[in-house]
Amino acid sequence: MARITKTDVEYVAGLAQLTLDEATKEKLVGEMDDILGHMDKLNELNTDGIEPMMHVLEMTNVFREDVVEPSLDREIALMNAPKTDGEYFLVPKILDLGDE
Amino acid sequence: MSEKWYQKTAHEIRDAVRGGKVSALEVTESHLGRIAEVDSKVKAYVDVWNDAARAQAQAVDARIKAGEDVGPLAGVPIGLKDVFCTKLGTTTCCSKILKGYRSPFDGTAVERLANAGAVFLGKLNMDEFAMGSSTENSSIHTTRNPWNLDCVPGGSSGGSAAAVAADECAIALGSDTGGSIRQPAACVGCVGLKPTYGRISRYGLVAFASSLDQIGPFTKDVEDCAIALNIMCGRDPKDSTSANLPVPDFTKALTTDVAGLRIGLPKEYFTDALNAEMRDKVMAAVAVLEKEGARVVEVTLPHTDYAIAVYYIICTAEASSNLARFDGVRYATRAADAKTTMDMYTRTKTDGYGPEVRRRIMLGTYVLSSGYYDAYYLKAQKVRSLIRRDFTEAFEKCDVILTPTSPTPAFKIGEKAANPLDMYLSDIYTISVNLAGIPGLSMPCGLTASGLPAGLQIIGKPFDEETILRTAYAYEQKRGFEMGTPTAVK
Repeated sequence: MARITKTDVEYVAGLAQLTLDEATKEKLVGEMDDILGHMDKLNELNTDGIEPMMHVLEMTNVFREDVVEPSLDREIALMNAPKTDGEYFLVPKILDLGDE
Repeated sequence: MSEKWYQKTAHEIRDAVRGGKVSALEVTESHLGRIAEVDSKVKAYVDVWNDAARAQAQAVDARIKAGEDVGPLAGVPIGLKDVFCTKLGTTTCCSKILKGYRSPFDGTAVERLANAGAVFLGKLNMDEFAMGSSTENSSIHTTRNPWNLDCVPGGSSGGSAAAVAADECAIALGSDTGGSIRQPAACVGCVGLKPTYGRISRYGLVAFASSLDQIGPFTKDVEDCAIALNIMCGRDPKDSTSANLPVPDFTKALTTDVAGLRIGLPKEYFTDALNAEMRDKVMAAVAVLEKEGARVVEVTLPHTDYAIAVYYIICTAEASSNLARFDGVRYATRAADAKTTMDMYTRTKTDGYGPEVRRRIMLGTYVLSSGYYDAYYLKAQKVRSLIRRDFTEAFEKCDVILTPTSPTPAFKIGEKAANPLDMYLSDIYTISVNLAGIPGLSMPCGLTASGLPAGLQIIGKPFDEETILRTAYAYEQKRGFEMGTPTAVK
């Protein structure tokens, strides 16, 4: 039984903010199914009572003194932005109201 | 006299520059000349900083002339994987989405190398966002193996590995998430080390999978590896996951005394899946160390078969989260004439990412999505605990674990490109080390009949790079052969 359908691929692509053409979708159905099939191997293992390993190092919160340190000049912070007004990053409208 | 400085190790260059035998500029010119000679074949670099390299070298020479101590890498030419943020040049991760990106800062590892007197020659090729095992996923070009130009140099740090092997820099910096330093080092026959997670600050390393990524050096010999570690390791306030532990002088570990050293050989790594020639080379290396007084013990890593599944769940999940930042707002190439913000995000990502990155984002998004999180991500983290426990138990019986770095020598360009799962399975011997967070080194242990390097992997306990280096140094000194210059760039 297929783990992944074209509908799943379309749903996940939406979450990931990707637009896929039909050929790519078909290809991903097969590839993701293959790879997820390999991942299903983990179900052979009983992991009841095993703590998940979230991180390698056993550290909790890492604090520092709350002091102001130099930060980037505005000009430098904006230098890689596709669009700015010299003070802020500019983006297209957030909401598409459809009638403008 | 025109000495071939590009063939020298970093410590030889450093001693000559400090001793006034050669200027940093002459050494840099020697390497730039070498790049001009061979890089059209090897294609290790994606950007060569000719003028900036000369300027750095001249600055080193001026400081020496003024009587300053320029540091333990005085005048040593270094190449950087394109995943490291540098004020010089661009930082693109070999992705279309970051084309032209100029970092406003230098990462910590890069800054520490610069402060030690290094001269940076440019940026080296990689699989896009460090996702791959061959550099075929670079958006710029595929790097060639200096031993056979039809073969891959490994990946993702394939440009770094090839540049060191082909004498296009003395040291290269790479990053290793699932083997991306060790596997290419094995493919091209140089030394590559992934330190313990937390040893080297990741500040300025563009993130792929944050709980696995670690920076490390590619070098021509084990001594240079120790020198590079001395400079880069240690706590950095800019990376809260960098370990707050003392850093030893790693060069003190460079002795050939391995009497009584317990070498663990994991039975799960020496199966039929391992190419017979690779097995023979590794066992010959083990025999060299036994002759010096090391003892062999069999150990078991029973969850080895699950490592690839765990790895590709965790790394894709973390990648899908990390790569969400390339949205076309603060940086990245924004898709033109997007009408709404959502349209801008979607079109920027769709146009900017190559097929492998897109595939991993899709997988990562899927395993983290509602209803699948427990079945995949949480399950993988639990099995990750079991994999780490395997190593902890194995290291009760041994001091280092020796394995092949890769099940086969370098494969042909195009050979695995059509089947992603097949490509993933080639990481079988390296990824467990990242999952456990422990250090591993790869070094050459001979050439196969077809003239390709075989790699020996030496795995150590957490924060015990010293025993790895001692084992590696002893083997290097006693193995009785030199790798020499790779055949395709002689």
